[in-house]
Amino acid sequence: MNKLLCECGHENPEGTTLCQKCGSPLSAEEKSKKIADMRYEGSAIRSKTYNKSIIDKVWNFFSSVKVGITLIIINLIAASIGTILPQEFYISVATDAEKEKYYSDVYGWFGEIYYALGLSDLYSSLWFQLLVLMLGVSIIIASIDRGIPLHKSLKNQRVKRHTNFMKRQRIIGEGKPTETPEQTLQLVEQSLKKLKYNVRREDDSILAERGRFSRYGAYVNHVGLIVFIIGVMLHLVPGMYVDESMWLREGETRAVPGMDGYFLKNDKFILETYDNVPQGEQIKQGVNVVAKNFQTDVTLYKQKENSVPGQAENLEEVKQYGIQVNHPLKHEGYAFYQMDFRLNEIRTMVFDLTNKETEQSLGQISIDLTNPQEVYMLENGAQVELMGFYPDFSGFKEGVPQTATQTPNNPAFIFKMITPETPEGETSFVAIQQTLEPEGDNIYKMKFSNVETRHMSGLTVRYDRTIPILIVGGIIFMIGVAIGSYWNHRRIWIEQMADGTIRLAAHTNKNWFSMKKDLDSLTKHAHLPQYVDQQEIENNEHVETEKDGKTL
Amino acid sequence: MDKKKQRSVTRGIILTILAIAIGYTVYAAVTKDKINIVQAGAQAPDFEVVDLHGKKHRLKDYEGKGVVLNFWGTWCEPCEREFPAMTRQYAEFKDQDVQIIAVNFAQSEFEVKKYVANMGMTFPVAIDKTKSVFTAYNIGPLPTSIFIKPDGTIDRIITGEMTEGEIVQYMESIKPE
Repeated sequence: MNKLLCECGHENPEGTTLCQKCGSPLSAEEKSKKIADMRYEGSAIRSKTYNKSIIDKVWNFFSSVKVGITLIIINLIAASIGTILPQEFYISVATDAEKEKYYSDVYGWFGEIYYALGLSDLYSSLWFQLLVLMLGVSIIIASIDRGIPLHKSLKNQRVKRHTNFMKRQRIIGEGKPTETPEQTLQLVEQSLKKLKYNVRREDDSILAERGRFSRYGAYVNHVGLIVFIIGVMLHLVPGMYVDESMWLREGETRAVPGMDGYFLKNDKFILETYDNVPQGEQIKQGVNVVAKNFQTDVTLYKQKENSVPGQAENLEEVKQYGIQVNHPLKHEGYAFYQMDFRLNEIRTMVFDLTNKETEQSLGQISIDLTNPQEVYMLENGAQVELMGFYPDFSGFKEGVPQTATQTPNNPAFIFKMITPETPEGETSFVAIQQTLEPEGDNIYKMKFSNVETRHMSGLTVRYDRTIPILIVGGIIFMIGVAIGSYWNHRRIWIEQMADGTIRLAAHTNKNWFSMKKDLDSLTKHAHLPQYVDQQEIENNEHVETEKDGKTL
Repeated sequence: MDKKKQRSVTRGIILTILAIAIGYTVYAAVTKDKINIVQAGAQAPDFEVVDLHGKKHRLKDYEGKGVVLNFWGTWCEPCEREFPAMTRQYAEFKDQDVQIIAVNFAQSEFEVKKYVANMGMTFPVAIDKTKSVFTAYNIGPLPTSIFIKPDGTIDRIITGEMTEGEIVQYMESIKPE
């Protein structure tokens, strides 16, 4: 490892720009500047020190501020692309084919491309998560890489600094004190302490410091971000986060996904609308009715202790609640939200057993589609046997009726009608707007009378144990921001020469105005020589030369 | 020289920890939909169902036997195609201590009974009215068959239709020694 030897004799690690002992400039670039670059106290940034093994190369890649900023920008762009069209989880269709159709139907060719590129599920895509994680790595490594050397050099500050260091500060002053030179340093100490500076004295040198902790603001900030990212990552750990959706029909009880041992029953779904005559904007936008309330009245049940899945008897009622939008049912950290609904699914169908000729009815049967019976008895000795039920009839295959799904979208039945006139029974296939009589002309028919429907409610179950972590991360982040923005690190170096001359230099990382106010009061109280702001002088010179140029 | 080594080690450790964290996150994200505790090698969640004849079947009671858990619905065509083969193999394996239990997706008793009679299914069929077993096993598409070893761990999870050859092979692999 190469060492940089300062003229004061101190060995500095490679990459150091200001000697860690006396503060003299070490690099040629640094020497050429009139005012010292005080970032990281001139200490060697770790990644810049070595670049040999693979570990070092990976380290250096992530510690680079350029890489970090690039990652931030890429993350921002990627995240904003995901907001162009709604993401998949906002769309209430189940299968991939339906999703694809949805995007191409609703958004045309753009939607098609969007879906094909996988942008419709961008936030859970591998590459997006990798991007976020890489940013996290960059934050961690850059913080370690810069924070530790900074901390070390802040901790090991020398009181006495080299002339080269003092003269190259932005604010400097040199001269004889205007009064009582022998007491000057005591006066300096006194008044700086009054200004709440930490004062250290070594022989004839003084270092006064205030608000050093503000230098750690950025790192506190980064810690907050990392805690936040860890919180988000914990979503994926089983037991930390649940986000499941469930459809629940009225009257139906089902196990709650992600919440073991709990069952939810939909007692009633309520959709209320405003009963007004459309006017103004409502007509312009073609809105007929405006919803007032979406509500699902539910009962939450819990299985008895030591029960296993499938044992649905002996459920204990936990609570009843009317879930409304923004008023979720809450229980033990779980929350049930009202998300969606579907109206009017067929629940019960009523048929009349009717004589085709006379139109005379032998009675009605009511079929509960959730629980059809094999035989329906009628008065006067007639009965209807149910031979087959196809909730979502989709056609015949080799003469056998098929059902496409289990939901009663298009119910079809095979009936055997037994009446005093037809003791052998007549078979009839009945679907919506379709009747088949496979055994020739029947005397009787099942005449559709009416239906009863029920609603379906779409609920989301959420459980999030990571919220406290996210809150803590957020708070740490804000504390970091506050530390870095509302406080500043001010330092004053003062040295009294053998002949009584005072040399002073001052530095702050921000708010030079307040720094100067402190100095003004110090100068007055301790009778110090007037200080100058080298940067202001330099700027003024620039302005003047520019002015000269113009007049010429 | 020592310092340099130490630095490399420190950096190496930090980078390894970060790499593991990333690796885990990515793995968990990618497999999120597939696992949910239920996966090959894991203990099969215990459950109890009542078959069409009113007989209770509890997984725990089948310890020492192989169990094939088949999730199905009457509308599911691949289910329909694999049932005849399963019925045949059930006859073969019943006496070799491999049990088949078919769990229906909350359909009506009427539909399931008719279907079972039509298909001539001889193994126990239960209706999961509350979708509780489906939820516990995190079942997505149908059919899904779960092969459970005599020690109660999951041997394999097959999503989709199986050929008769596969059924034989998988049932063979969960047969008690």
